[in-house]
Amino acid sequence: MNEQEVLSALEPIFRDMFDDDGIDLTADTTAEDIDGWDSLAHVSLIVAAEQRFGVKFLTAELDSLHDVGHFAQLISKKLNG
Amino acid sequence: MEQLFWLPIHADLGKAIGEARQETDPAKCLNALANLAGYRRDFTLTNRLDRTAGKLIADLVAKDACKTAGLTPLRVAILSSHTVDHLLPALRVAGLHRRLAISVHVASYGMYRQALLMEDPEMAAFAPQLVVLALDARDAPLQLPLESAEEDVAAAVQDKVAELRKLWFAAKKRYAAQVVQQTLVPLDSPVFGSFEALVPAAPYAVIERLNTAIREAARQDGVLLLDLAWQAAQGCYGKGVGDPVRWHQAKQLVSPHLAPLYGDQLARVAAAAAGLSRKCLVLDLDNTLWGGVIGDDGVEGIYLGPGTPSGEAFLAFQQYVTLLAKRGIILAVCSKNDMAVADAAFKHPDMLLKRADIAAFVANWEDKASNLRRIALMLDIGLDSLVFVDDNPAERDIVRRELPEVEVPELPEDVSDYPACLAAAGYFETISFTSDDAARSRSYASNAERKASLSQTADIEGYLRGLDMTLTATLVGPAELPRTTQLINKTNQFNLTTKRYSEAEVARLAEDPSALVLAVRLRDKFGDNGLISVVLARPDASVEPDELLIDSWLMSCRVLGRQVEQAVLEVVVARAAEAGWSALVGEYRPTARNSMVAEHYARLGFVNRSAPKGAESNSVFWRYNLGAAPNGTHFIKVENP
Repeated sequence: MNEQEVLSALEPIFRDMFDDDGIDLTADTTAEDIDGWDSLAHVSLIVAAEQRFGVKFLTAELDSLHDVGHFAQLISKKLNG
Repeated sequence: MEQLFWLPIHADLGKAIGEARQETDPAKCLNALANLAGYRRDFTLTNRLDRTAGKLIADLVAKDACKTAGLTPLRVAILSSHTVDHLLPALRVAGLHRRLAISVHVASYGMYRQALLMEDPEMAAFAPQLVVLALDARDAPLQLPLESAEEDVAAAVQDKVAELRKLWFAAKKRYAAQVVQQTLVPLDSPVFGSFEALVPAAPYAVIERLNTAIREAARQDGVLLLDLAWQAAQGCYGKGVGDPVRWHQAKQLVSPHLAPLYGDQLARVAAAAAGLSRKCLVLDLDNTLWGGVIGDDGVEGIYLGPGTPSGEAFLAFQQYVTLLAKRGIILAVCSKNDMAVADAAFKHPDMLLKRADIAAFVANWEDKASNLRRIALMLDIGLDSLVFVDDNPAERDIVRRELPEVEVPELPEDVSDYPACLAAAGYFETISFTSDDAARSRSYASNAERKASLSQTADIEGYLRGLDMTLTATLVGPAELPRTTQLINKTNQFNLTTKRYSEAEVARLAEDPSALVLAVRLRDKFGDNGLISVVLARPDASVEPDELLIDSWLMSCRVLGRQVEQAVLEVVVARAAEAGWSALVGEYRPTARNSMVAEHYARLGFVNRSAPKGAESNSVFWRYNLGAAPNGTHFIKVENP
């Protein structure tokens, strides 16, 4: 999966998490752009993504995981690495 | 082990939740969501359920209208030393499934002492009925040097527990609340290995000592436990409790992905406190309490007791069930069997459960949903007090559809795992155990005998349609011979004449062009049931030349009550008419075990016929005119190649 494909697969997770079918993810989407993306939702998003893609984020990787592009990039790297 | 593994899997839970959310009547919507909460769900789907359910529950509570929706309101305050917000949806959803409308108040992070020992206007306004002290091992550690003496550790543990008892006392005094104390899950790695417990101040040794002291104090003070340490030791949380990543990231003791399990375990305790635990375990017999089919295999042929692995496993399950009865769980039996045959099984020398242990014993050929209603009436308890255990997925499915109030665990395939499944599902969580409990099941047994019976027809038609059954009837060839012969020689109950034939005899008859030897298979949405019915029909000198005699008709009891007989008759009629016969002649030859088919031919529209010469004296004969309209309907797709 490349970044774009991961991004597309992340979209339903986000829509579900925030109960908003209007969410369109781009690489630049950040917590600022989505209503309800607080620290609690952030952890849930990470765990949901870990389940969806069968990957595990390292604690150090969580330090700088703030925008969706970075999210997708990291997942894609893990899947292909 | 997958969390909530005892819950059935929904074909598309996400879609069903979406549909339930469209319902505009709040009570109906909540009811639909409560039923969906009884399916296996991960944290995402659990949260989705809660998004609608949580709001509706809050509305009901605000309007003081929980009763109208059949729910019991319960206010739960969670005072914790770690993050719990991500666990609340799972608690509400699991509560809703148990007919609880849970409102939650979470005290400020780490402020559990203040919430109890000082004036807390929010807590006071909330007026909790249940106070959960969700503490963890990192909170206020004892900070003892590793080389501390035994007495110093013991004293420090006592101090800590004394502080907890003050909190418990305050919760009771200030809020008149029932207290639930969570035990401490060790989070730090052992430093000594196996030597750990021999060092009084080693981290694991201290936590273990603390938990022991907490349990003892709780017993004395009437405090309930959420024994998370014990659950974690059993392995049900895997790394989901105390995952260091989640701890470092968000101070979560329980990982979000295991929230549904945690929510369920806390909701059980809450439901028990509200008097909503299950009371009665209803058991199927064949392949649930023993291996094999008592009606076909006989008392001597079933697997039960020492000597075989499966016999041991069924015995172990009976041992577990017996222990449940001893702690006050009422036992009932609901089986598709002749009463006398089912009764006889209890004379098996290794049968651990006694007939007198069973408060309501229902064995007949009616559908199980009706029989479960009957059992609830006999015992004078609600359907929402029943847990129904059956190895047959089709029976479990119909009971879930017809009676969503009844809990029906998705049993593991292996009987060895039955006790663990029942234990993990936690249907019988309690808040006390007394000598009265131990005597309860017997008193129910005597009451039940006085109760009148009731029959209510369940929506059988809808169930049968939903089974998606396809029947295939083929003329017996070499491939079908072994199983056909086995079925002929093994089937006792659904067997019209109980004639036995060797494989060679069946082969000879199958090759005879004037005879009709049919092997019938049945598939449904749960899978292939295999070859389940056999019909042998042939011309015979004792009947008219244009009549075809049905020499044998038999069927496996696994597919009883599904109208397979009607579909098979349809095939026989078509083939016999095509071959130029004008009528069928059926014989019922009674045996000790086949009374269930005494009216088989009458039900199918056959009419009485005089017995031909040389017939068995107690046989009854029936005739079916091939031009007659078929009697009865079925919902089976018939393939007749």
